[in-house]
Amino acid sequence: MENEGDKFRLYTRRALMLGGAQGLLTSVLVGRMYYLGVTQSSQYSMLAEDNRVSMRILPPTRGEIFDRNGLPLATNRKDFRVFLIPEQAKDIDATLQHFQLLHPLSQGELSRIRRQIRRQRSFLPVTVAENLSWQAFSRINVDSPHLPGIQPDAGETRFYPDGAIAAHVVGYVGPVQVEDRAEDKDPSLGIPGFKIGRGGLERALDDQLRGAAGNASEEVNAYGRVIRQLTRTDGEKGQGVGLTLDMDLQRYVFNRLGDESAAAVVMDVETGDLVAMASTPSYDSNDFNLGFSRENWDALNFDPRKPLLNKAIAGQYPPASTFKMIVALAALDAGVIDPRETIHCTGSHEFGDRTFYCWKGDGHGRLDLVDAIARSCDVYFYDIANRVGIEKIGDMARRLGLGEAYDIGIGGQQPGLVPTREWKQRTQGTSWKAGETLNVGIGQGAVLSTPLQLAVMTARLADGARAVMPRLIQSINGREVPREDFAPMALNDEHLAYVRRGMEMVTMPRGTAVMSRLRTRGVEMAGKTGTAQVRRITQAQRDEGLDSLDGRPWQERDHALFVAFAPTDKPRYALSVLVEHGGGGSSVAAPIARDIMEETLRLDPTGPATVAEKDDEDGRPG
Amino acid sequence: MGTSLMFGARAVRRSPLQRLRNLNWWMVLGLIAIAGVGTAMLYSVGGGKFDPWASRHLSRFLMALVGLIVIAIVDIRWWMRLAYPAYFIGLILLVYVEFAGTTGMGGQRWIDLGFMRLQPSELMKVAVVLALARYFHGLTISAHNRLSSLAVPILLILLPAAMVVRQPDLGTALLIVAGGIGVLFLAGARMWLFIVGFIGAIASIPIGWQLMQDYQKARVMIFLNPESDPLGAGYQIMQSKIALGSGGVWGKGFMEGTQSQLNFLPEMKTDFIFTVLAEEFGIMGGVGLIIIYMALLSYGVLVSLTCRSQFGRLLAAGLSFTLFLYVFVNVAMVMGLLPVVGVPLPLVSYGGSAMITFMLAYGLILSVGLNRGISIPRKDAFG
Repeated sequence: MENEGDKFRLYTRRALMLGGAQGLLTSVLVGRMYYLGVTQSSQYSMLAEDNRVSMRILPPTRGEIFDRNGLPLATNRKDFRVFLIPEQAKDIDATLQHFQLLHPLSQGELSRIRRQIRRQRSFLPVTVAENLSWQAFSRINVDSPHLPGIQPDAGETRFYPDGAIAAHVVGYVGPVQVEDRAEDKDPSLGIPGFKIGRGGLERALDDQLRGAAGNASEEVNAYGRVIRQLTRTDGEKGQGVGLTLDMDLQRYVFNRLGDESAAAVVMDVETGDLVAMASTPSYDSNDFNLGFSRENWDALNFDPRKPLLNKAIAGQYPPASTFKMIVALAALDAGVIDPRETIHCTGSHEFGDRTFYCWKGDGHGRLDLVDAIARSCDVYFYDIANRVGIEKIGDMARRLGLGEAYDIGIGGQQPGLVPTREWKQRTQGTSWKAGETLNVGIGQGAVLSTPLQLAVMTARLADGARAVMPRLIQSINGREVPREDFAPMALNDEHLAYVRRGMEMVTMPRGTAVMSRLRTRGVEMAGKTGTAQVRRITQAQRDEGLDSLDGRPWQERDHALFVAFAPTDKPRYALSVLVEHGGGGSSVAAPIARDIMEETLRLDPTGPATVAEKDDEDGRPG
Repeated sequence: MGTSLMFGARAVRRSPLQRLRNLNWWMVLGLIAIAGVGTAMLYSVGGGKFDPWASRHLSRFLMALVGLIVIAIVDIRWWMRLAYPAYFIGLILLVYVEFAGTTGMGGQRWIDLGFMRLQPSELMKVAVVLALARYFHGLTISAHNRLSSLAVPILLILLPAAMVVRQPDLGTALLIVAGGIGVLFLAGARMWLFIVGFIGAIASIPIGWQLMQDYQKARVMIFLNPESDPLGAGYQIMQSKIALGSGGVWGKGFMEGTQSQLNFLPEMKTDFIFTVLAEEFGIMGGVGLIIIYMALLSYGVLVSLTCRSQFGRLLAAGLSFTLFLYVFVNVAMVMGLLPVVGVPLPLVSYGGSAMITFMLAYGLILSVGLNRGISIPRKDAFG
């Protein structure tokens, strides 16, 4: 048994050693628990909170844009959409391929998606599709296990009920780009699918329209599912913007311009409110929401008729004969002509060694100022322009609103050009030649204007006393934008009366737009035609009778213009119409202007009253 | 616990009813307490529902408890007789699953018995200790010191370990080896052997690294630096540490653990259930559970110190050590002290195999406790 005793003693020693080792290891576990749960507890508690609580930025609702009657031009609607987070997709191509089984994407959309994936960091979502039907959205949700990286979302998107009609004014919104986030630290920009103003008023008033983001802290589980809301601070809705446009009229104008490459501006003479401002061809503002594919963008961008350009404010054209009122006023103001004085038009005017032609080859014969405006005689204006000189013509042009961009709250306005001697010297390094003054006298040559400027000019002629300024934004956030008092123009009433008389006669027999006299009984429209030469007509072409528009390619045809105000006795509205390469002002622009003016007066709530008053008075100048 | 309760009266032959009365019911109570903690945590993890996990866990435990009591009251000499046959049956099952078994997560192989999945590798943890205890029981003290007498036990350990590695289940294989070495140590093999063996093991780490599967290498790398992969596998360790640390001293309250209730914790029902306990009941809950385990396992060591047969001594202490490793590896793993090796916490984690191993082994420990007064001749094992 000695043997067994030794065995037992050895065993006891070893058992105590092994038991001790186990005790030691157990104390390591307890020590580790102490380290994690006491020493490091606050740090781990914080990490647990980070896990549990997710801060979410709540996108603000974008402010709406209304017309003068409260009809929506830009609003928001519920939107089922789908994002792709490139980082979470194992294979982007496979995901997109599977996605297309549920919702087909065009080649253009695919190229846009790929471009965006390349351009931004891989944890930022790229919008794959928007405005999905509930059915398509549900299909995608159900199949989400097979769509790694795809993230469905229900939010709001911008919606333009009349996408194209006022597109150039309202503009459009588009996705946030990487560069935007570098400049603008608004947390809203980080929200997936957030849109910012990219064109027109959407861009110009983006700060007001955008609103302020709210935030919500939510308890989420490991899969990101929200369990409950902890706190919530609602954001601030963007401010609503009311415009002076009348959408009913705007729609009419847009449709009346039709397929032409054209622009029209209708202005309230009394207030300067722009009740219609259209440019064609147009684009659909809704198409920009997702950002364009290169192909679609190029199609718009390289179209010779420039659908992206707001021709009403950014198209610069020679005012042509619509400039003649300015020349007449300048000459009267300078005292170089008597309005009753007649000038003999033989169809051409010799000046130095050059011959300046009247549009009417066989001449107008003798005519005075009123007649010269009504019949748009060029020779008359060559003569008086030469007498008054370029500087005084320029001064009068500026007094009537040409050569300046107005503060109407929208970007992209072009200032046009009112040439001076100094300008010629500065830009071309040569001195002004007298012959150029003659060209300016009929609104050709260097002088350029936008349809908006021509409408302002006409409104000022119609009002007579005040330098009417255009206004586009009527209210912001429900508060009326204060109207400024218009500065006095200090024009001689008698001079004005002659010029306006001339404009009234334009729609009368012998006038250039007699065919476009208003059909509304008892209301007359004063106006002025204009036909802007795009290409110099050579002597050879003139001899061959090739000075008409027939047979010339579209790009070389004349621009047709018409400016007008009505009613003549108590002007309410002024307008301008421009049809690019449309041909003659009297044959193309005047009928459009007549139709627009009739519709404007028809829609004007104060219109019938104006008509009724007219019968009792006779305010026509002599 | 009084001394009389711990050790009972010495008796050589008793009826099954007497044995039942002499069973250490305090230890049974400890087992019930641990299983109760498991049931409560599974109830919490199941979102406040007994079905399906907590209820199944509890009913499995109750069945296993009956088995444990039966094992405990069987005469220890029967177990000694069955030691080698059990070992060989275990080996045969290992061979069987090699060809016909079903492979699960991490390479464990099992035989589907319909009502449960039998993992032969789990049974082998117990069978190796049984066979080694049987072997050393038959040796004289002088034979203990001979190197040649170590050849058989080393073979007994390495044969099943090698087959389990092939499954491949490195974690279980290492536990089998560690448990076996524990028995060798207790049996009195020369100390320098362990020192040399230890140095050899460290030296062979590069070779072991070569043998490891990619996912195993990844686990080790992530263990060494969990922050390197916060979204992948390192996520598990990171989230477990966050749960443990944020639980603090007293915990967040039953069913109030944010890490577990919001599913940030991985594998909550199985490998990481200790984390759930520590998050909801804090250090107090975690240490409390560890104390119950240690009380149960200390009983095994204490019983072995008063046992009159070498077989009983080695069996009780060897199995205690095996079970200790089981618990230690799991708890150390969830605390980020060891790589994630997929070892459950017996009696608490959901799943039958670990529970069966634990109850089987503890039944044998209790059997040693009941039979410690019996001295068994070295040569003739039984009658």
